[in-house]
Amino acid sequence: MSEPLLIDLSKKGRKAYCFPPLDLPRGFEQALPSLPQNLVRQQDARLPEVAELDVVRHFTRLSNLVHGVDNGMYPLGSCTMKYNPKLSEHIAGMREFTQIHPLQDVSTSQGCLSVMYNLLEDLSSITGMSWGTLQPCAGAHGEYTGLKMIRSYFVKKGQNQRTKVLIPISAHGTNPASAAVNGFDVVPIASDGEGMVDLEDLASKLDENTAALMLTNPNTLGLFEKHILRISEMVHASGALLYYDGANLNAIMGMATPGDMGFDVIHLNLHKTFSTPHGGGGPGSGPVMCNDALRPFLPKPDIELTDSGYVYRWDEEDSIGKVSLFWGNFLVLLRAYVYILRMGSEGIRAAARHAVLNANYVAARLEPAFEIPYGKRCMHEFVLSCAHLKEQYGVSAQDVAKALIDEGYHPPTMYFPSLVSEALMIEPTESESLETLDAFIDTMLAIAERAKTDPESLQTAPHTTVVGRLDEVRAVKQPDLRY
Amino acid sequence: MIYPYIPHTDEDRKHMLKAIGVDSLDQLFDGLGEDLLLADSVPISHGRTEDEVQRMIDSIAQRNVRGIPFLGCGCYDHIIPATVKALSSLPSFVTAYTPYQAEMSQGLLQAIYEFQSMVCEITGLDVANASLYDGANAASEAASLMIGAKRKATTVLVSETLHPFTLQVLKTWAKGTAHTIRLIAEKDGVVDLSDLASLLDDGCAGLIVQSPNRYGLLEDYTDVASLLHERGCLFAISNDPLSLAMQKSPAEWGADIGIGDTQSLGLSLAFGGPSCGYMAVKEALLRRIPGRIVGATVDGQGRRGYTLTFQAREQHIKRERATSNVCSNQALAALMTTIHLSSLGWGGMVEAANQSYAKAHYLAYHLAQLPGITLIWDKPFWCEFPLVFSDAKRMRKFLQELRNEGIFAGVRLSALTRQVKDELVLLVAVTEKRSREELEMYLAAARRVMK
Repeated sequence: MSEPLLIDLSKKGRKAYCFPPLDLPRGFEQALPSLPQNLVRQQDARLPEVAELDVVRHFTRLSNLVHGVDNGMYPLGSCTMKYNPKLSEHIAGMREFTQIHPLQDVSTSQGCLSVMYNLLEDLSSITGMSWGTLQPCAGAHGEYTGLKMIRSYFVKKGQNQRTKVLIPISAHGTNPASAAVNGFDVVPIASDGEGMVDLEDLASKLDENTAALMLTNPNTLGLFEKHILRISEMVHASGALLYYDGANLNAIMGMATPGDMGFDVIHLNLHKTFSTPHGGGGPGSGPVMCNDALRPFLPKPDIELTDSGYVYRWDEEDSIGKVSLFWGNFLVLLRAYVYILRMGSEGIRAAARHAVLNANYVAARLEPAFEIPYGKRCMHEFVLSCAHLKEQYGVSAQDVAKALIDEGYHPPTMYFPSLVSEALMIEPTESESLETLDAFIDTMLAIAERAKTDPESLQTAPHTTVVGRLDEVRAVKQPDLRY
Repeated sequence: MIYPYIPHTDEDRKHMLKAIGVDSLDQLFDGLGEDLLLADSVPISHGRTEDEVQRMIDSIAQRNVRGIPFLGCGCYDHIIPATVKALSSLPSFVTAYTPYQAEMSQGLLQAIYEFQSMVCEITGLDVANASLYDGANAASEAASLMIGAKRKATTVLVSETLHPFTLQVLKTWAKGTAHTIRLIAEKDGVVDLSDLASLLDDGCAGLIVQSPNRYGLLEDYTDVASLLHERGCLFAISNDPLSLAMQKSPAEWGADIGIGDTQSLGLSLAFGGPSCGYMAVKEALLRRIPGRIVGATVDGQGRRGYTLTFQAREQHIKRERATSNVCSNQALAALMTTIHLSSLGWGGMVEAANQSYAKAHYLAYHLAQLPGITLIWDKPFWCEFPLVFSDAKRMRKFLQELRNEGIFAGVRLSALTRQVKDELVLLVAVTEKRSREELEMYLAAARRVMK
């Protein structure tokens, strides 16, 4: 059943919420000066006028038309849709955190500051970096921050000419976009036949104008860059820096660190690796961690532990400044901290190991029916191709994805990375049990079989949802973006 | 070994390893090589049970002190209906991601469509996006939009009366790039636009102002839009969106871009985050707006449905030529605002804004009677106002005395600007949530100190 817009249920005079009456002295209310006429709003806004139960039913019904991790498996590659513990939600709702103002005196917000300080310490240990910032609100915001630090680092060194950022063609789209926002020129780096950084291409593009190489490791094919130490050597020999996109840290946390690999600055995605909920597209959190050389360039303020407790430090002259209105998405940071406390050093290591186990298991069992162009052994995710289904039966990666929806699965990431045609990127995460994986695998195999016998049923999927495939051309040609 | 949130039994592991064709979990990590594999676990603490973590957090939480907040500066303690938390906590909303697969995300997409609609209604503008990180980042996105919209433009004019932290975020945005932020000075607590015409050359992309501004004062933008538009410049106004229930909307001032943060519409203080940035623009700028946009369309059977649209602007398609690098936004916070506004309606929003106005004026009027405290400028304000103290000692005593009563009396401007000249300025915010009793407590304590 489709759900009407709440504004269409409006009835003049109906209310879902009543404010207590204004109780100032009568005389004052009467004498209260009104705003100068020139500043007064003229036009009313149209908002719903409904009863509380209307609001409750509307949003409850809408939530029934959404699939989350709590509803079923969500193997959306590169997004690490792992289980989000209920304990974290409970703690993030505590009044002792939700009712603390960001500008109240630090002596009254030591609890919040201690969470942030200790989280930074733990993240430093996990990544092998020296310190960081919690201000960035998402992964792309972390990229923006890390690249801004790199830019300031070279300006400070008098190397203003370093304006190139090298990015593998298989990288997430945010990498080149974040580089461009910071005024860098983006230079694509080719992949070799094994899906790794092409070392020859890299060597030919590294020069005195290069500021950084941005890498995701494991990369977006789910493969570990086996030449990472060689790459690090080459990048640093040219005087450039190495940037780590932490989107795939879940594969290696507790097993290896970006610091040991030679990365100078990295961003994390707490909403991926550290199990904070994705919220339908955010809020996330994208802390940036760095080594000693880049530390002075971190955003302000820093947090320091002194004899009198935690304090803000604003005095770092080389800091790039602020990147968020306040201190970052605190309630997301709190959830990530709870996750780390719960898991501990053995737990985060186990998470990586089981994420990799699950991905390899799914890959091994799907390999007979699907092509896995870059080899079936992978880290936490792998990319399969539906090219053969497309060629032989006219069934595309999108058709397979839409058929999965009818079976109650959120589809994998589609058509990314572009190195693989008709790509489906599958990341099961460590949260899923053997039984859930087997059911998903059986469904995928059945879909591959159906491609031969009844391709049309796949090409027209999904059949069970409130709407079928939508006319996206019409959405652009006849924009309907608001009521 | 049992780990939290990992369902595998020993038997499962054995079965899976066999299917993969390896002997151990370690073997799956052979590719990392001896040099990189950690010999020991990373130096963080051991895992804890749910109960142990809760106890530990309870003790950390005790180190936070809750007071009666008269604090604002971009984060306000407004009334939030119970529906907001109850409905925004529904598990599928919380645990879904960006609605890439429209058919199984219709509820989320429709909620975003309703959010966009409400932002358009409140700002009076034509098109809104699905949210941005916060109000400060909405300002830097507006600056990027302006630069992109005018050939050869490199400078964005920015009022000095913006929130000090927003100004810092804008300065960071310009740092190391070819863009310049040019500050326009204030006069008597509001932006002074008397010389605006002389600044509008070919290199100027547009102007960003804020009302209520950093002091809580409301600014007058009469004739500003037409002057900017004559010179091919864009006009962006940042607002506390709740204030728009009283004061002129960006559209009514003729602005092209409306930005701000919806914290005052259903989001708790939360130590400053998550909040939720928004941006609305005139239709002509639709293809330049950053971030996700949801649109309505139809499926093959003509049924109405919602989908992410105009994606050709975005980073996953355009890469380095995208209008912005934003990917994840503040979706769940935007949902909270949508539920909040659905509960309040326009009538409720006007009521909250009017009561905040009345209560702030009540407190300001009585504080201004006291010796040693002055309302700095005689300018219109909404729910926040700047006081200046005659000396630092009395100011400290004032803050301490109110603290003893459990009242957080205000934000020292110098905490934001770190400037000596602002040390005697206190910004006091009063929302509809502050009861008459709390106002009288504040006044009684103030009278005791400032006599």
